[in-house]
Amino acid sequence: MSGPSSPDRTTPSTRAATVAFDHVTKRYPGTRADNPGAVEDLSLEVPAGKICVLVGPSGCGKTTSLKMVNRLIEPTSGRILIDGADAARRDVTELRRSIGYVIQQVGLFPHQTVGENVATVPRLLGWPEARRRERSEELLGLVGLDPATYRDRYPAQLSGGERQRVGVARALAADPPVMLMDEPFGAVDPIVRERLQNEFLRLQADLAKTILFVTHDIDEAIKIGDLVAVMQVGGHLAQFGTPEEILANPASDFVARFVGADRGLKRLALARVESLELRPAITARPGDDAAAARSRILADPFEYLLLVDALDRPIGWLAERQVPTSGVLSEAMAASMSPILDRRTTLKDALAMLIDAEVQAGIVVDRRGVLRGLVTVDMIVERMRSPVAAATSAAGPPG
Amino acid sequence: MDTLTATVAWLLDPSHWAGGDGIPTRIAEHLAISTASLLAAAAVALPVGAFIGHTGRGGTLAVNVANLGRAIPSYAVLVIVLPPALQLAPVLGYDPSFGLSEIPTFTAMFLLAIPPILVNTYAGLRGVDRDLVESARGMGLREGQILARLEVPLSIGVIVGGIRTAAVQVVATATLGAVVAYGGLGRYIIDGIARHENDRLFAGVVLVAGLALITEGGLALVQRLATPRGLRLAARPGFGPAST
Repeated sequence: MSGPSSPDRTTPSTRAATVAFDHVTKRYPGTRADNPGAVEDLSLEVPAGKICVLVGPSGCGKTTSLKMVNRLIEPTSGRILIDGADAARRDVTELRRSIGYVIQQVGLFPHQTVGENVATVPRLLGWPEARRRERSEELLGLVGLDPATYRDRYPAQLSGGERQRVGVARALAADPPVMLMDEPFGAVDPIVRERLQNEFLRLQADLAKTILFVTHDIDEAIKIGDLVAVMQVGGHLAQFGTPEEILANPASDFVARFVGADRGLKRLALARVESLELRPAITARPGDDAAAARSRILADPFEYLLLVDALDRPIGWLAERQVPTSGVLSEAMAASMSPILDRRTTLKDALAMLIDAEVQAGIVVDRRGVLRGLVTVDMIVERMRSPVAAATSAAGPPG
Repeated sequence: MDTLTATVAWLLDPSHWAGGDGIPTRIAEHLAISTASLLAAAAVALPVGAFIGHTGRGGTLAVNVANLGRAIPSYAVLVIVLPPALQLAPVLGYDPSFGLSEIPTFTAMFLLAIPPILVNTYAGLRGVDRDLVESARGMGLREGQILARLEVPLSIGVIVGGIRTAAVQVVATATLGAVVAYGGLGRYIIDGIARHENDRLFAGVVLVAGLALITEGGLALVQRLATPRGLRLAARPGFGPAST
């Protein structure tokens, strides 16, 4: 979460650990048939440095699974391995201090200042005062809160979004290899949530922690997760895979219903223009012969001519009827533009822009604004229907 | 001379401010028995309340027992404790006058002070947001650290409130000590009734009421000062961020 006051990142961490669930079961002695919160034979492995989102309806056992990692809940059977070592065999306090923990209500201590809150675990670990203060300030900067402004404030003096950032800073304080986040952005409004998610992904790109993240929001899961574990009531793992795999090939009716009827559209949010083979445009420059250009577009099913400047930067479209039968082309003739996209634009955004556009082709340019090719609605729709490409299923973070 | 002027005159009489039956002596006795019984009650009720409040175990039982204690009048306790306290004097080797006055008074005040302290400590700790406690536990605070760094600071206002209630009740009720030959300000009331000296009687009433009010005010101040700043900010209406 780099903000305007972000300091130099003096201690970027590369420490991360794999977290593996090995046939983990948690049963409650209750009588309810659906057994809310129970977990049934959960096995999955989160590679070091990846974000795994546990998602599912309430009572599906996602929070239970999370709390078994830091042993707030002990499994009935099975093991949880952190870097291959059984969590149950470690000293519980020492284990918890090595795992960052953020909950929805944030859990900031209201009687302590922001600085003291962030330094909670370093204090437990017996760091000297000066080092704790230094670390607090570094982390506040990292999450985009100016230390001088925020250090001595109390949680009651912060907005929801600011509290959430302090919560993340506190969880990071002792540089834990593993972080557990239980609906960390659930208590803020959608606009703030979106911003926090983006900042969180930027931060994670630097920190590369192993993160287990619980949410009930499938859109958040798809956006945040390198891997997504869809759970269903009864504590069964319904599917575990990349967001792309889950959207493209839901393993069951439950998963298909849970990800929603618009899963094709959701997939588009994961893919970028660069994943498409671009269509070449018919181009001409101001000063070119109009008749020659006209004959070229008539030969093409897409009856538009794209006027570009001397550096191949797009100027605008000419429909077939706008191209004179004789004389030369001029810049003034280019009446309409259509969306300018770059290689990193998501297909979902591209589609949204194309639907509103006069000419239904997106112009893809590179960083210098030079034309690379075109994207059409048909190309996007075709991509939406395609099965998962091998390359995308092994891809890294979607953000 | 009406009662009010007689009472004021009695209070202003210098001879009533000296000697074994003087006002300073009686106030000192009154405060001594009140403080001792309050401290003893706190020594029992605070740890028990903290334990049941933190663990949530045995809470209903403890609160019910404490409230049962509330139902027994302090006067009855005096009467019940008096005979054994006297009989045990030769056995345990203390002065029989101690068994006649201090022991019954102390016991009655001790039992009177326990319920408010115990109930408030328990309720204060239970009132701390469970998510906050679990978040602290999840970060690796040990149980004692959760109690000392989180639960007690967050409920200190309620806990001191319990001590304040207990203290006011004890100061007001320690008057009964005079019934069993203990000193204290109750002496003036009992003697005033016995001797038909209304000025003495009402002077005692005024002094006890005054002492109770001072106790109330002083501990209210302590309660305010003990509440952490972050909590006072949170409680202030209209304070806080303008938007998220």
